[in-house]
Amino acid sequence: MRYNEKELQALSRQPAEMAAELGMRGPKKGSVAKRRLVKLVVNFLFYFRPDEAEPLGALLLERCRVAQEEPGGFSISFVEDLSRKYHFECCSQEQCQEWMEALRRASYEYMRQSLIFYRNEIRKMTGKAPCTPQDPLEQFGISEEARFQLNSLPRDEQTCTGSQLGVLD
Amino acid sequence: MIQGTNTGRAAMKLNERSLAFYATCDAPVDNAGFLHKRGGRGAGSHRRWFVLRGNMLFYFESEASREPLGVILLEGCTVELVDAREEFAFAVRFAGGRSRSYVLAADSQAALEGWVKALSRASFHYLRLVVRELEQQLAAMREGSPANTLSANPNPISNPRPKENGRAVWSALPEQPTAAPKRPPLPPRRRASAPNRPLASFAQLHEHYGREVRALRSQWRGGQAGLAGLEVWHRSSSGGTHTQDQP
Repeated sequence: MRYNEKELQALSRQPAEMAAELGMRGPKKGSVAKRRLVKLVVNFLFYFRPDEAEPLGALLLERCRVAQEEPGGFSISFVEDLSRKYHFECCSQEQCQEWMEALRRASYEYMRQSLIFYRNEIRKMTGKAPCTPQDPLEQFGISEEARFQLNSLPRDEQTCTGSQLGVLD
Repeated sequence: MIQGTNTGRAAMKLNERSLAFYATCDAPVDNAGFLHKRGGRGAGSHRRWFVLRGNMLFYFESEASREPLGVILLEGCTVELVDAREEFAFAVRFAGGRSRSYVLAADSQAALEGWVKALSRASFHYLRLVVRELEQQLAAMREGSPANTLSANPNPISNPRPKENGRAVWSALPEQPTAAPKRPPLPPRRRASAPNRPLASFAQLHEHYGREVRALRSQWRGGQAGLAGLEVWHRSSSGGTHTQDQP
């Protein structure tokens, strides 16, 4: 699959929500844990060799599952094959917990759900939709009522909606 | 899959398989349609099927393709109309010296406008800004007296309207579940609570319900191979208020 690597590299240099050196082990059988600088930027998890400026790789964090493994360790896997896990070793369970929570909130779909949540809350208080200059949902012509129902819209490619309830862990 | 680079080192790894699944999963898309895309280095343009999901713009050889030909990460891009040889043309551009521009052309004025609007608001950064603004609005409203809020509903929460409760999770503050634990691991419908509760942030609620769902899920798992149960749970969400039978 082609992708704009230059922009992805530029993204990896942006301020991160979380960054730390962790032990990381890929999903392949027999892979060995290595020290990596792991950096969370928007919905991407970048990983670097500790002394290098360019990332070795990136994981797009959509439709992923973040799970506790051993104490102080967590894994990331993806909905289409949850057995294929990227393992991460933290220096403490506290750090591990912090990372897991941050990663669970890192997806675009999660952010979209929180948008719907806040709009709903505001609407309940005022009886009408909040004013935002450019509502990301408005452009798709979704009715006021329909947009607050996360899963009631038709699933064809021509409509946008809020999202399916994402994987929670 | 290795992409050639100028530096001679291996290209960045990306979880391409997951990306392909994300591109073709049955979740709703933010926009989709045919666009003409110019090939790199002056090659001709090809008609491709484009799918926008979140901050990723995928393109396929055809609507029926199982795997994307490629994807354009949209963070940091600008979208502008261009005066090009094609009609209804626009460009997705990135800052920085050697960055490529993607010149795309729609089939109609309406499609052009739809795409420009969708793409210019697609970035994660933008979405996060909007969420933060709403978060602040809500906090300010809750701090202010009822008289300050615009046309405040006199009975905001006493009778939750059924249509607001899609998946039911986000429209209410935490309360005891009304459904018996034996039911399928969907968050049960909740009645909205009194307005004087402290505001729970979305993240707090998400974590709260997440814990509950994980607990229910592990109750259910017992012996089920892999995540077959989980997959059913996700795919069976077909709207509104409903009950469903779980295996």
